[in-house]
Amino acid sequence: MAIEVRIPTILRSYTGGAKVVEGTGDTLGDLLTDLDSRHSGLRARLVTDAGALHRFVNVYVNDEDVRFLGALDAKLNDGDSVTILPAVAGGAFGFAAAAAIAQHKLAAVATVADGEAGRRVSAAR
Amino acid sequence: MLSIDRSIVEAIVAHARRDHPDEACGVVAGPVGSDTPTRHIPMDNAARSMTFYEFDSMEQLRVWREMDERDEEPVVIYHSHTATEAYPSRTDVSFAGEPGAHYLLVSTRDPDREEIRSFRIVDGVVTEEPVRIVDAAVDPHAVQSYMFGQSPATVDYECSGR
Repeated sequence: MAIEVRIPTILRSYTGGAKVVEGTGDTLGDLLTDLDSRHSGLRARLVTDAGALHRFVNVYVNDEDVRFLGALDAKLNDGDSVTILPAVAGGAFGFAAAAAIAQHKLAAVATVADGEAGRRVSAAR
Repeated sequence: MLSIDRSIVEAIVAHARRDHPDEACGVVAGPVGSDTPTRHIPMDNAARSMTFYEFDSMEQLRVWREMDERDEEPVVIYHSHTATEAYPSRTDVSFAGEPGAHYLLVSTRDPDREEIRSFRIVDGVVTEEPVRIVDAAVDPHAVQSYMFGQSPATVDYECSGR
């Protein structure tokens, strides 16, 4: 069972310069493990230490973004074509700042929720 | 150095101004190995944000496939900063995944002044490079009867030192 995998320029150092390689696997996760046995280091560029797909890459099965197919659990079939592209993103704002704001928002929501819970508790008394 | 046609730069700046205060983004494709940007492709900013941009993943797949079929590559990847200088942020650097591309930044913070800078971003290292704007408005075929063996589209005014 062979699946064709298209490799972007930035990751071709792991495939000896090859633009297209072949691999096998029932899921995307299995396929990446299989590829890593021949192209050591490739998987680590695509999967985080926590075992999730990296934010810096887009992976497609045929014409679908795998983020909508269960990411690493996406099912693969013989003859499927997998395409890896570098995600193109950025902007004036740093990740750290964006994360800090998200945290503040969460904290604010939590505070409001706590406040409401507190009021409900006092009302019940 | 990035050499880029004036009409393409003008189209990029117009795109950035149009989407201001949101960040605008896009690609200029060119023949593989030519280092010459020829085909401007404005992209949607899927983040629709004043401080972040992100190509829509499905639009990117379509555009990257199209470049592949035409033997092109992304020669320029551009985006705008709308309140800060045209210099790559840490986010820009961490995402930069096309080592062969010129990362062009446009700042639209000043409505009256154009601010365009170009960078190479390889393995997390940012290197600024000069931008040479080329006037190729003249049809290159129209100069074949000229007596001098020099195409006006590529006149270089720098002295050769002779």
